[in-house]
Amino acid sequence: MRLRCPICGERDRREFYYQGAAVMLDRPAPDAGEAAWDNYLHLRENPAGDLEEVWSHDAGCGAWLKVTRNVSTHEIKSVELAREVKQ
Amino acid sequence: MADLIAKTPLDSMEPVTIGTCTVTEANLGTLTSIAPYAGAKIADTFKTAHGMAWPAPNRATGKDGARAIWFGRDMVLLAGPDPDAGLAKHAALTDQSDAWTAVTLGGADAEAVLARLIPLDLSPANFKRGHTARTQIQHMTGSVTRIGADTFLLLVFRSMAGTLLHDLERAMASVAVRG
Amino acid sequence: MRVEGKGLIDRKQRLSFRFDGRTYHGFAGDTLASALLANDVRHVARSFKYHRPRGILTAGSEEPNALVTIGRGPATDPNVRATVQELYDGLEARSQNAWPSLGFDVLSINDLAAPFLGAGFYYKTFMWPRAFWEKVYEPFIRRAAGLGALGGEKDADHYEKAYAFCDVLVIGAGPAGLMAAWTAAQAGAQVILADEDSRMGGRLNAETLTIDDKPGADWAADMVSKLAAMDNVRLMPRTTVTGAHDGGTFGALERVSHHVNGVPPGGVKETFWRIVAKRSILAAGAIERHIAFQNNDRPGIMAAGAVRAYLNRFGVSAGKAVTVFANNDDAHRTAMDLQDAGVHIAAVIDSRKDAQALGDYRLMSGAIVTGAEGRKGLEAIRVTTATGTEKIATDCLAVSGGWNPTVHMTCHMNGRPTWDERIASFVPTPGAIPGMETAGACNGAFSTASCLSEGVAAARSSLDALGMTAPDIKIPQADDSNYALEPLWAVPGKGRAWLDFQNDVSVKDVKQAAQENFTSVEHMKRYTTQGMATDQGKNSNVAALALLADATGRGIPETGTTTFRPPYTPVALAALGAGAQGKGFAPERKTTSHAASVAAGAPMIEAGLWYRPSHFPLPDEKTWRQSCDREVGWVRNAVGICDVSTLGKIDIQGPDAAKLLDFVYTNMFSTLKENRVRYGLMLREDGHLMDDGTTARLGENHYVMTTTTAAAGQVMRHLEFVTQALHPEWDVRIMSVTEQWAQFAVAGPKSRELLNGLLDDAIDDSKWPFMSCGPVTVQGVKGRLFRISFSGEHAYELAVPSRYGDSLFRLLVARAESLGGGAYGMEALNVLRIEKGFITHSEIDGRVTAQDIGMARMLSEKKDFIGATMAQRPGLTEAGRAQLVGLKPVGPVKQLTAGAHIYTDGAEPVAEHDQGYVTSVGFSPTLGHFIGLGFVTDGLSRHGDVLNMVDHVRGIQTRVELCDPVFFDPKGERTRG
Ligand SMILES: [Zn+2]
Repeated sequence: MRLRCPICGERDRREFYYQGAAVMLDRPAPDAGEAAWDNYLHLRENPAGDLEEVWSHDAGCGAWLKVTRNVSTHEIKSVELAREVKQ
Repeated sequence: MADLIAKTPLDSMEPVTIGTCTVTEANLGTLTSIAPYAGAKIADTFKTAHGMAWPAPNRATGKDGARAIWFGRDMVLLAGPDPDAGLAKHAALTDQSDAWTAVTLGGADAEAVLARLIPLDLSPANFKRGHTARTQIQHMTGSVTRIGADTFLLLVFRSMAGTLLHDLERAMASVAVRG
Repeated sequence: MRVEGKGLIDRKQRLSFRFDGRTYHGFAGDTLASALLANDVRHVARSFKYHRPRGILTAGSEEPNALVTIGRGPATDPNVRATVQELYDGLEARSQNAWPSLGFDVLSINDLAAPFLGAGFYYKTFMWPRAFWEKVYEPFIRRAAGLGALGGEKDADHYEKAYAFCDVLVIGAGPAGLMAAWTAAQAGAQVILADEDSRMGGRLNAETLTIDDKPGADWAADMVSKLAAMDNVRLMPRTTVTGAHDGGTFGALERVSHHVNGVPPGGVKETFWRIVAKRSILAAGAIERHIAFQNNDRPGIMAAGAVRAYLNRFGVSAGKAVTVFANNDDAHRTAMDLQDAGVHIAAVIDSRKDAQALGDYRLMSGAIVTGAEGRKGLEAIRVTTATGTEKIATDCLAVSGGWNPTVHMTCHMNGRPTWDERIASFVPTPGAIPGMETAGACNGAFSTASCLSEGVAAARSSLDALGMTAPDIKIPQADDSNYALEPLWAVPGKGRAWLDFQNDVSVKDVKQAAQENFTSVEHMKRYTTQGMATDQGKNSNVAALALLADATGRGIPETGTTTFRPPYTPVALAALGAGAQGKGFAPERKTTSHAASVAAGAPMIEAGLWYRPSHFPLPDEKTWRQSCDREVGWVRNAVGICDVSTLGKIDIQGPDAAKLLDFVYTNMFSTLKENRVRYGLMLREDGHLMDDGTTARLGENHYVMTTTTAAAGQVMRHLEFVTQALHPEWDVRIMSVTEQWAQFAVAGPKSRELLNGLLDDAIDDSKWPFMSCGPVTVQGVKGRLFRISFSGEHAYELAVPSRYGDSLFRLLVARAESLGGGAYGMEALNVLRIEKGFITHSEIDGRVTAQDIGMARMLSEKKDFIGATMAQRPGLTEAGRAQLVGLKPVGPVKQLTAGAHIYTDGAEPVAEHDQGYVTSVGFSPTLGHFIGLGFVTDGLSRHGDVLNMVDHVRGIQTRVELCDPVFFDPKGERTRG
């Protein structure tokens, strides 16, 4: 599998560290309540289709990435810098 | 009392030649990582201070003795001169002079050798002189820059100097045997 | 036998080789298989299950029978296909799966017991008694049914991996592949042309067909040399593309040194390539299928196309009186070519009633072969026609049931091939692999002319997708004859008729599977083992599922096909693991004191990727414990030196540096004064401990963080996540400086005295109190000094740029020795920290909270920080959690072991009485007994309780008393003093 890092270009997936669902980009406020925190940390969708994920270009530029990937076909729909998604 | 003695990561080893390729420990001088602060306009200051362009991602500028190598997200490695003091108000400067093992790999088969270690297309059409990448070198993370027609500059962590040499020698031998 | 005037071999280069101990001769350009046939060796193997005599069936990598072992000792290569093994002088091959010899094989008795060994035999027979599986059945099966064995010695690491990139990857260098590569290359694309054969050209080397009036082999050779001359073309012969993977990545195995006698020094046997291609063209050809009839596996019965290949490419006739059995026109070429070469054709048997002879040979149309005679070599066949049965003497029967396109790779990403009635076989489903075109025989286009034009067309579509333009390409003139075929999978009749030769699966087995209701093709496969051998049923799968379709009354498209998975042909694990043996396994990280430590005799132990000294033995010390006890004593009484450079060091700069630290640590760092150090805890967002360490403030907006050795990478990635993905608005920059600094602990009552002889400016306690830091110079070298302690003694850590590390370490050790101390290693470091109750990742195991280690007070209530919310959830704060305690032995047994569990005293040591576990132990020479750290239910409030430690693994039981984890100097007077 290959991912196109917005900074470095297309690279083999071995250069990347996989973290998990992109839910973790949206950290709840401390007082958001149990449900919000439970959702942030534990509840995950498991679709047979597109999933938003966070990866790190660990062996490359070090950028954290938001990747949209079809987990059935491994087709990469988009790769964005987490930094830009957040701003 | 005796002075502290400086040692290079590969302990000033003699260049190693196998087949058409030679690996040489490189003395790059002072290494400084320069990470510009938010909104900093560092390019002009840098150019004025060091006489070379601030490199875009995946590019290196300068020449032997003074290079600016893109070194990761929002970071450049200045190799050679001490950093101009004026840069400090634009960027976080960190001394890295002792943190990296630097070698050059040169020779007709250098690309073939690196094809055994680096998962990148380093062909001249795709990776020209002045191109650089942060990538893997076998199992290590590192930096590779084309600094000549058939010469590459490789950097890995200082502690991995022996592994870098081992991996390079193995690949060089394999390529040399193929002829 | 050799046929004069035929073949692409070099008759001037005579090669000597051995097979099963006998010496033979062949020529350069031969395969082992062709050389054996040239020497009239027909019986070369025994089958897997029934030990039936087998000969060479094919001339390619699909060969199911002729598996041999090449070489000896650590260089042994088992299961090599004789059909792809190039001959070299001195080659030594042995047959497999026969004992005591190929000719007389004791286990061929299995063949007579065949009625009991049919489909489902494994499932029916070896089910009970259960205990027999491991001790009786499996060892028997392993011995009896087998492939070749490895040499039993460590394989020298003669494998490597490599990467290649291209615009267009062409897989297969037959007429379609050559034209595809040529067309793409003419457009300027970067082209890789890979072919598993040593000689490119595919079937053109095996046929007498012409292209543009030139012999096909010559045309192919011309094309290859023209391609080789182009800078944008890379030819990869002897390279099997084994798999199509995500994102245009392909695996490919190059056999680098299998065609020479021994791997040259420094060279490799195989290279496993990862090829990344923007577009790919599969031109993998087709594989001829067999027809099942009684004893259709006898040595001498071969694929018709293979018989032609041996004649035309290798100048070998596979028999003296050859018969042909076919259901299609193509196989008639075999008779024509052999006849032209002067070989006697006894008969051509064609199952089609309307078959026409293409030359002057005896044609029996509407006839079938119903049996074969001759156990170790074919002697005669029985032919049944409408009028009766005739026996025909023959030593070679060339069989063709038609051709199956090599669609395998198009199925590697879950694609299913499509049934094509026209050729009675499967063809690739377009788009099954993103970016892949298919061309030629693998696409069901069997004439040479259509292969050439499809090759061009596939290249054109690939170039279009790349935005490149194909120039005008003249398609050469070639044969365009029709491939006329009438399906015939198995002839009716009694006796065993074979489908999968390698796994000994017969027509009857497939029918039986259907009868027993294993009607799904995937079930039939597993029940009969059809297609599960190393050749993955390349010759037989289509016939087997056609028969299954017939037995279940379904059509073939409804029956479906099994899944082809990578690799296309077997790949040695050694090739997949290339570069990862020995020193290649992982990088070795060595500190600057490595050489000096090794020179001092210190055994080096692995700490992650780092190598650190265990202890520094003195000449009279016999055990590590003696050294460790002494080193602990040095630190407690004089001064010790320890390299702590492996701890992660992270430079943090910028206006928001303090904000970041306040957010990632549980306690405050914005309030830390410059030139001061503070201990911090870091949580994961779920409230559990991630890491601990000290952070020093070097300036207003400049900190340097220390992590544990174990978590250095994780913490760095975590800080990047926080600054990029959670708070990109913060202006802060982080940089690892672990490798920049060589850092040494100088610990013990004489540490200040040691430093004051070394530093350019003397230090004193008023300027350098506990937890202070600042710049110093050491003989003119700028360094950093931190007054911190992981030993509980008055101690410092001195850092200098790494280039001086070796020199400084030697200097520090020499000075320490002059003060009655010296270097200490990891064992002593561990004992010293356990004596002080300091935690490491033995304690921070991912399930532990700040409260669990008695540090609830470090969870600031004045700010938000990572983990703050979840650290307060009931599950992490309620009573009953395992909490950190000190452990000391109080019974007759004095030993503590890490990993042991702690049980209620007097109760049986089983799970329901479990109270906790031991995480760290050491013998404290300071206290004179073992001490330990562990986690015990509500342990913080149970100091003084006596429990029972049981190590079930090592068989140790010790009564332990729970105590404060700080065993030594609980008030910290020595540290601060
Ligand atoms: Zn990147």
